[in-house]
Amino acid sequence: MAEYNLDHDKLKKLETYIDNLQEKEGALINILHEAQDIFGYLSKDVQLFIARKCGIPAAKVFGVVTFYSYFTMEPRGKHVVNICMGTACFVKGADKILAEFKRLLDIKEGNMSEDGMFTIDTLRCVGACGLAPVVIVDGKVYGRVKVEDVEGIIKEYKQD
Amino acid sequence: MAGIKSLDELKALRDKHRESVLGRDTGDSENKIRITVGMATCGIASGARETINAIIDEVAKEHLMNVVVVQSGCLGYCYAEPTVEVRFPGKEAVLYGNIDAKRGRELVQRHIKNGEIQKDWIIEKTFNNI
Amino acid sequence: MVKYRMDLLVCGGTGCQASGSSEVVETFKKEIEKEGLENEIQVITTGCFGFCEKGPIVKISPDNVFYVEVTPEKAVRIVKEHIIKGRVVEDYLYKEPETKEVLHEQNEMPFYKKQLRIALRNCGFIDPENIYEYIAVDGYQALGKVLTEMTPEKVIEEIKRSGLRGRGGGGFPTGVKWEMTRKSKSNQKYVICNADEGDPGAFMDRSILEGDPHSVLEAMAICGYCIGADKGYIYIRAEYPLAIQRLRIAINQAYEFGLLGKNILGTGFNFDIDLKYGAGAFICGEETALINSIEGGRGEPTVKPPFPAQKGLWKQPTNINNVETFANICPILLKGADWFSSIGTEKSKGTKVFALAGKVNNVGLVEVPMGLTLREIIYELGGGIKGDKKFKAVQTGGPSGGCIPAQNLDTPIDYDTLTQIGSMMGSGGMIVMDEDDCMVNIAKFYLEFSCEESCGRCTACRVGNTRMLEILNEITEGKGTMEHLDELKELGQIIKDSSLCGLGQTSPNPVLSTMNFFWDEYVAHVKDKNCPAGVCTALLKYFILPDKCVGCTACAKVCPTNAISGEVRKTHIIDQEKCIKCGACMATCRFNAITRR
Repeated sequence: MAEYNLDHDKLKKLETYIDNLQEKEGALINILHEAQDIFGYLSKDVQLFIARKCGIPAAKVFGVVTFYSYFTMEPRGKHVVNICMGTACFVKGADKILAEFKRLLDIKEGNMSEDGMFTIDTLRCVGACGLAPVVIVDGKVYGRVKVEDVEGIIKEYKQD
Repeated sequence: MAGIKSLDELKALRDKHRESVLGRDTGDSENKIRITVGMATCGIASGARETINAIIDEVAKEHLMNVVVVQSGCLGYCYAEPTVEVRFPGKEAVLYGNIDAKRGRELVQRHIKNGEIQKDWIIEKTFNNI
Repeated sequence: MVKYRMDLLVCGGTGCQASGSSEVVETFKKEIEKEGLENEIQVITTGCFGFCEKGPIVKISPDNVFYVEVTPEKAVRIVKEHIIKGRVVEDYLYKEPETKEVLHEQNEMPFYKKQLRIALRNCGFIDPENIYEYIAVDGYQALGKVLTEMTPEKVIEEIKRSGLRGRGGGGFPTGVKWEMTRKSKSNQKYVICNADEGDPGAFMDRSILEGDPHSVLEAMAICGYCIGADKGYIYIRAEYPLAIQRLRIAINQAYEFGLLGKNILGTGFNFDIDLKYGAGAFICGEETALINSIEGGRGEPTVKPPFPAQKGLWKQPTNINNVETFANICPILLKGADWFSSIGTEKSKGTKVFALAGKVNNVGLVEVPMGLTLREIIYELGGGIKGDKKFKAVQTGGPSGGCIPAQNLDTPIDYDTLTQIGSMMGSGGMIVMDEDDCMVNIAKFYLEFSCEESCGRCTACRVGNTRMLEILNEITEGKGTMEHLDELKELGQIIKDSSLCGLGQTSPNPVLSTMNFFWDEYVAHVKDKNCPAGVCTALLKYFILPDKCVGCTACAKVCPTNAISGEVRKTHIIDQEKCIKCGACMATCRFNAITRR
């Protein structure tokens, strides 16, 4: 597997996952989910590996990766800040929260901060509309976020 | 757990677990018989916990689905703890005193099941006849 | 088995978990153990109670006491007072916001009074991770009944007679769909549960899957029996980790108990269920796109016919229903079609779950009979508009729906009336907007969504929506013309007429419906260059009120562009050319002397 510029153990883990699948037909999206879990993002080499392993044209794998917003081809920061842009959050000012994160971290949506600590992303509704506006950092949900709270949330993760 | 082999087995399993869950359904609580056990400090000291558990056990044993057993704070009859109140829907409540676990079980059998009010155990000085 | 004398039902839905319900559960368990009551009192994590606004919710049974906004500290006191001494802690109960009356019981609360829970019957009532509890409430009895007593035709007849229509948006009669799939001849057929709840602002499917996953599994198996399928897939959003986890547990338990797999209940019927993950594409809620996605490809829709009932997954006949539709199946079969069809309106039977969100007091999930009015839902269940603001519109149907203004608040809602007033049922998202929301901006928000989510296959949708968005951007920036408004209407109609799938055909709806009902607001943006709600920053102007300004110079000091001038103790003036509309002056002024128009 030397032809891939990838961590050997991680690659092994992905290979085992694929080998253990009962039906490989139609499993591409589940495989991509697993791969993104393992590697953090879907680099060119990861996509090539999956394509060859499953006997699918690499173009198709690329086509699927780019179609779905959940998949990313960019490396992600250590902490991923997801700002919900669902309707309930939007009417309660999620756009201002997003702007504040962008301002404080000085990055755009989908990008990683220079120190590799943060990536900002938006998503459409996590279904916690009662707590709108909602911010999710590494799976932890912050509800009823105010613009003033943003700095504190970032600080929480800056230390480690 | 081995698989359930038939609908009858499934029904048996349902019946076995039914009461523990359906006891939660208090949407129509006014139509149910309500047994209230006084569980303040003095009640507990006099054994109210044993009483309530005995009553619950007896109710479960008899599959009395229309009975709700709840606890309350101090009913004010410290000399007669543990106290138990039985209220049939639409009827006046009956207040019993000195109900230990054994009497609790008997109460379920006699008053709840057979409808016989146990006059001897009633606390006489309830507020209605003061 | 142990009989507990008291159950503490703690909501473990996503909303309440985010508010800290897991810590509350831990605290309850710890405190109860400390008191030596672990054999008498049971702590159960349930699915969503729907009242997310006041989470975490704790219901105590059989006392039927309903605590709101419970924290670990409050949990300690509840154990000490309520559980040990039987004294209800009044401070933690729900207080009616208007009358300040303290309400003990769930059914006294206006939020629950008019609800009728069929699809959500077990949410907040049973432990979703414990199959015994589901079995105890007649779980899998419908499947047992169907497999032993009913022919597939008879089941389909019953579902048809109940009048159940698809809850995912379209409202297609469920029984007819099943019948079509049954009649397609093939050795292999599939059942798919559409759990790709993509409408931003709707979360009923998530709540059902988190709170009552077995009810969906059971209904899928029944559907499989009816149409002749032995394989089912649940297509679920990857954004719902808790629902996925609960489903996994439920599926494993069902296999272990022989309620899925081979020879179910000894009847010779086989049925398997597998999970398939979505990956963040709204379009995958469309049937044919969803099928392409399950097959591992790009989720692009294809031409119908052939319908999935004829040629679906792997070109085999496939029946797709959404989560809420499946959640209605078992009650219909156990209680009968007549019972179900007695609820609701003439053409829309049963109940509908709505996700009430936005500017209402009680945000949450409500299930009500079809035919209630919007006013009842928003003002009675929802407790009215937050902060005594004025109601402006309610958006239903998500990015495919429309905005409904105040004059239609008394329309009894069902599939058909909503369509008549220019919106649609959709999956049941209901976003309430008040006077502070700009309808042009809202239309822009939905259009941005549709642009982002367009799969790009049809030119009308891909390019047309982008053009419409550009026009809306111009309008909100004060560069709009009246011709723009005509163009919006024309483009919208073309997109509706010439797109292949539901997403494209309905994507202009938010724009068209707001133009229809809030025409004046569009005109104000275009002609007067004014945003009446004060949202579109480019159109706002800040003014200093001469009679209120004391000349303290505070605003001039904070202004980042030095746009404010004036002498001490004299009225200040804002230079509109220099003003960047940041609002800093308004936030600083202690005399309310600055306004925004």
